[in-house]
Amino acid sequence: MTDLTGGNVEQASIHTSEGARQRLAKRYRGESVFKWLGRSAIGVSVAFLLLLLSTVVFQGIPAFTFNFVSLPFELTEEKLGLDNSETSLRRANFDAVVRDGIRDQFPTVTGRSEKRALSGILSSGASVYLRQQVLDNPALVGSDDTRLEVPISDFADLYLKGQITSDYRIQGQGALRVDRTDNGLRLIADEPVFADALARAKEALRDQAASLRAQQSGLQLSLNKTRGDIKALQERIPAETNANVKNRLEAELERYQSDITVLEARIKQIEEQTKKIDSRVANPGLGEDLTGEMMSVLVYIDDAVLKAQKVTNTTANVEEFMPIDADVTNVAADQWYIRVLEVPESNRKFTDQEIVWTDELVERGYVRSGLNTIFFTRGASREPEMAGVLGAAVGSALTLIVTLLLSFPLGVAAAIYLEEFAPKNRWTTLIEVNINNLAAVPSIVFGLLGLAVFLNYFELDRSAPYVGGMVLALMTLPTIIIASRAALRAVPPSIREAALGIGASRLQTVVHHVLPLAMPGILTGTIIGMAQALGETAPLLMIGMVAFVVDIPMGFSDPATVLPVQIFMWADFPEPAFQQRTSAAIMVLLGFLITMNALAVVLRKRFERRW
Amino acid sequence: MQGWFFVIILVLTACALFYIGRSRAVATVGGDPTVLHSKPGFHGAFVMICGMVPAVLLFFTWLLFSRYLTSAYVTAQLGADFANLATIEQNALIRNMRSFADRTDLSALSQLEAEAVEHYRAFVGRAALILQIVIGVLVVAGGWFAMRAIHQELRARQFVEKTVMSVLIAASGVAILTTLGIVLSLIFESVNFFQKVNFLDFLFGTHWSPQSAFEGVGEEATDRNSEVFGAIPVFAGTLLITAIAILVAAPIGLMSAIYLSDYASPKVRATAKPIMEILAGIPTVVYGFFAALTVAPFFRNTGEAIGISVSSESALAAGLVMGIMIIPFVSSLSDDVINSVPQSLRDGSAGLGATKSETIRRVILPAALPGIVSALMLAISRAIGETMIVVMAAGLSANMTVNPLEAVTTVTVQIVTLLVGDQEFDSAKTLAAFALGLVLFCVTLLLNVIALRVIKKYREQYD
Amino acid sequence: MSVEANLAATAAKAPAANASKVKMSGNGVNVFYGEKQALFDVDLNIYENQVISLIGPSGCGKSTFLRCLNRMNDTIDVCKVTGKIVLDEDDIYDKNIDVVELRARVGMVFQKPNPFPKSIYENVAYGPRIHGMTRTKDELDDLVTSSLRRAGLWEEVKDRLDQPGTGLSGGQQQRLCIARAIATQPEVLLMDEPCSALDPIATAIIEELIDELRANFTIVIVTHSMQQAARVSQKTAFFHLGKLIEEGPTDQIFTNPINKKTQDYITGRIG
Ligand SMILES: Nc1ncnc2c1ncn2[C@@H]1O[C@H](COP(=O)(O)OP(=O)(O)OP(=O)(O)O)[C@@H](O)[C@H]1O
Ligand SMILES: [Mg+2]
Repeated sequence: MTDLTGGNVEQASIHTSEGARQRLAKRYRGESVFKWLGRSAIGVSVAFLLLLLSTVVFQGIPAFTFNFVSLPFELTEEKLGLDNSETSLRRANFDAVVRDGIRDQFPTVTGRSEKRALSGILSSGASVYLRQQVLDNPALVGSDDTRLEVPISDFADLYLKGQITSDYRIQGQGALRVDRTDNGLRLIADEPVFADALARAKEALRDQAASLRAQQSGLQLSLNKTRGDIKALQERIPAETNANVKNRLEAELERYQSDITVLEARIKQIEEQTKKIDSRVANPGLGEDLTGEMMSVLVYIDDAVLKAQKVTNTTANVEEFMPIDADVTNVAADQWYIRVLEVPESNRKFTDQEIVWTDELVERGYVRSGLNTIFFTRGASREPEMAGVLGAAVGSALTLIVTLLLSFPLGVAAAIYLEEFAPKNRWTTLIEVNINNLAAVPSIVFGLLGLAVFLNYFELDRSAPYVGGMVLALMTLPTIIIASRAALRAVPPSIREAALGIGASRLQTVVHHVLPLAMPGILTGTIIGMAQALGETAPLLMIGMVAFVVDIPMGFSDPATVLPVQIFMWADFPEPAFQQRTSAAIMVLLGFLITMNALAVVLRKRFERRW
Repeated sequence: MQGWFFVIILVLTACALFYIGRSRAVATVGGDPTVLHSKPGFHGAFVMICGMVPAVLLFFTWLLFSRYLTSAYVTAQLGADFANLATIEQNALIRNMRSFADRTDLSALSQLEAEAVEHYRAFVGRAALILQIVIGVLVVAGGWFAMRAIHQELRARQFVEKTVMSVLIAASGVAILTTLGIVLSLIFESVNFFQKVNFLDFLFGTHWSPQSAFEGVGEEATDRNSEVFGAIPVFAGTLLITAIAILVAAPIGLMSAIYLSDYASPKVRATAKPIMEILAGIPTVVYGFFAALTVAPFFRNTGEAIGISVSSESALAAGLVMGIMIIPFVSSLSDDVINSVPQSLRDGSAGLGATKSETIRRVILPAALPGIVSALMLAISRAIGETMIVVMAAGLSANMTVNPLEAVTTVTVQIVTLLVGDQEFDSAKTLAAFALGLVLFCVTLLLNVIALRVIKKYREQYD
Repeated sequence: MSVEANLAATAAKAPAANASKVKMSGNGVNVFYGEKQALFDVDLNIYENQVISLIGPSGCGKSTFLRCLNRMNDTIDVCKVTGKIVLDEDDIYDKNIDVVELRARVGMVFQKPNPFPKSIYENVAYGPRIHGMTRTKDELDDLVTSSLRRAGLWEEVKDRLDQPGTGLSGGQQQRLCIARAIATQPEVLLMDEPCSALDPIATAIIEELIDELRANFTIVIVTHSMQQAARVSQKTAFFHLGKLIEEGPTDQIFTNPINKKTQDYITGRIG
């Protein structure tokens, strides 16, 4: 007793002693660490979501605009090769029209491969696009200078969006002389305007030398090793008694020795190369070639565009990309400038020449940047600029319609039975357990089911939206049943009693009173199930909805693909333009999903009823 | 078009039957419907059901089996000519026959195929005629008998309600049918597979390279195939990626749940919860895209920069992104579990002077442990069955490794690669996908059953 | 025959029946909720055009017995009823009896008002609609109006028939439920503590209503209020622990109970 009441003051409570205070402080630190952990856990999710969305949006936004070229095309009957038959316009040779349309713009381009490169500025789908316009408006036939729009190629489009290379300009300093020699044009400047380019070229050479040295030392290592091996073999062979083994070893030795000669030769060669390069680096007056691995240097004089091939500090041997007038010899400082394209030509899929041509088209006012209508109105294509999401979106819509028509009535009916009528017995317990487990079966298993049963056993159509819809319906059924049951359960029993009490049958009670009250909840669940189905990919891969479908599906049994599968397929294409379209398609898909979920939220909020 | 026409006819007939039944009922009682036992509408529905249901059932049965029946008929007609063809050619013939059935120009077809088309048309034409007649007879007979049955005391409502009830019961049976379909098709195809490959070699073999499968029959084929269908590396890869995913998702998901349920202000909760929901609602193909094109290259480049070789299809990238995908799943399950720990336990602990985190760590988590464990089991089953992320970001070749920086493959990846684009259905390769599917199904099912049972027990404990 | 006339005809019949005819009767009714027995061997006669009150302490089985009378117990899975309950010579638990029809004949008003979340009009019209009791819209309108009138609610709601029934006050809701029940024109009306949620004024209105309704219906009412039982009923039955202890004319039960337990209950010693 005394211990407790009369003890001395410091020991009055073990909870206020110094030790306890310290412990408490420590405990509070632990508390804040714990809280901080929780916060960062949330932070990780938020950060990831932001990262994902921003990646997709930044990559996808550019794909929503596109550059079209409108050129005067010659649509005369003989050019199109028309006869009087009905279908001749369909079969007409629009390829030639497009090809010549662009070539007419650059009459100085003569070489075969140059010409082909020139046509490559336009999309290879340009003729298809042009044909569609003419089919829509046959009155165009006969005109020979109507300007019509066709899509530009994907890389030209990327270039115009500034995604191929960055560049900068150097305004002309001093006069520039144009020297016409037998091996082409040479520009001679008063000032060291090409010094920059030269320095870069030398630097590149230095790098080259360094990598050669690294290569050489690697080779040297293996050379030493081989020498060691040879030595070992030479010691072993005399001691070897077994003739077979001896033969084998000798053959090996021979091989090693030939290896050595090869290696030595190679090392020597590399040494020479290195030496050459070193001496070039050491001599700043020596001109250097500007290769595809370096920046590109373009000289603009009036309309002419010249590309530097070999430079010294003040001179440049150039190639004519846009021809220069034959009588130009001296150019004043304000008449010319240099443009540097920083990304080396070999690192991009769009050559300097193509860049110059494209710039020229822009300059002439032929290029229009606008909403990417192709992306919203077309189906799949191997050309990124001709590829659109409409086909996949329609496929998704058709599939979802089937899914909805099957899973909604079935799901609601099953839920009504289980919630309102089913006696509690083994059978209904089995169904219940079964539904809960089905909800957790991996979606790909439903794909296997569809493949084995629908395609293989019942021989239904591959790639058809109705089969996809059936598979997705089976998959979303548990979701809808579970949501519907929850909604039905939320309707208070007093409503049922009231109806039963005045002699409504159980079915009437459900149909007239319970179901209408549960409907908002059921619809919310259904929309969420549909959203899941819309985002689902794996089971559809199994039943062949990965087909490459160019045409927009018009019915439930046309071959089709769906948005997520389209995303999956596009993600595999290496072209950067496809990457952008993939992101854009993801944005479209997410747009649909957000709309659906928002609808569900609104429904829930509006009709939410507290009993 | 024909389909729509059919639907319209169907609806019109149904309406007509309904109308007939209704008027007949009213007529039998001299125009005073209040004396009828059931309302006239029920009589209408009664006649409609009697007339339509048998006919519609027959039609759907036909629809289900018509494809099978037509090919069976045509092959029987073609006889030996057909039987002598290789399986691939047989399939091609049937396919061509179908696609040319409603074209006039058969010049692109071989002699035998053209013959098949003729048989096909003849059979389909005849079958359609018979079907139409039978359906017509069924409708008329059913409707007529129903009409005759109408009288004042007819319990039409009971009849209609019984019918509706059977429809409801049938609807809830669809779930059972689905499971049955899954189980049967997986088992059936797997049995076929295990005739080509030794069961134990599949489960315990360590070499997986289905592309070198041997397409033949007999002893030798079995031996050769048993060597290339050893699924252990595939299972190992699945486990590796799943483990990474769970290592990411479990702590983050659990901590999020704890923070949201015990610490966060209502405002934070109101923003964090929807974000979790968005994360959960993003299609997996988007995660896959992100994993393959952003995360994996990032890891590879980072590795390169610090001198470690990281595969561009590293298990780490796929596992990490998958982990993030299942964070909301873990978090919402844990949230439920944590919230069902009764307040009295929290109060008790707080009353002894415990801090919040002490209460959570010492009281709530231990109490919620069974629930959390089963939540994690569900998460694992989710991760094992997840397909698109790994298809896009994980590898194809079956490496047996525990190094997360290397590429591994998973069960779902193999199923997809083995089946996509393949038209043949009885090769060991495609069948292997079903065997893998069976394993996948069994494992996830087991995890789910156990988890759901544990959760149920756990809930009961606090009810 | 118009509805009004129909009702009037029933009313006219009432005195002739003269309290002698047994409308419903229970014989050896036992009710089990799973293992637990809630009613033990109850025998009770319910006479036509009379009000009978069921009284007894909470949990003694009054509601259970009431729900047996129109088989509302069927909705409870674990509930099992044995014994015989007869309505006009028909055993209502017979296989051939259609429960729906039974419930149309034996209507029920619940302890807690439970209007449908629909308009007032729809609430009342629902029963007649599903039973196909009227031929025209006018007839239905008449029936709704007269039912609301008889439930004493007409004056209060006649201008807002299309507003939701759930928007009424508790007492109005209860009267709406009564209107709904009588619109179906049942023969027997079961009322489970219809006034438990009501203030004295509303209670008085409903008691008056019950007294009126007696002319057309047979009424069984469960109540915890002795005064109410005394005021409205001609017969009273006292339940205790699932057994029917005593029944008889209300006057006799309240003034001169035979059984000791009844005496104790009425004087407030058990309950
Ligand atoms: N649905 C049910 N399941 C199990 N037991 C029940 C159920 N309904 C009632 N009981 C039990 O049956 C017995 C009688 O209940 P009942 O509702 O008939 O009592 P009551 O006399 O109406 O009481 P109160 O005056 O409180 O309404 C009670 O012991 C009750 O616990
Ligand atoms: Mg009661």
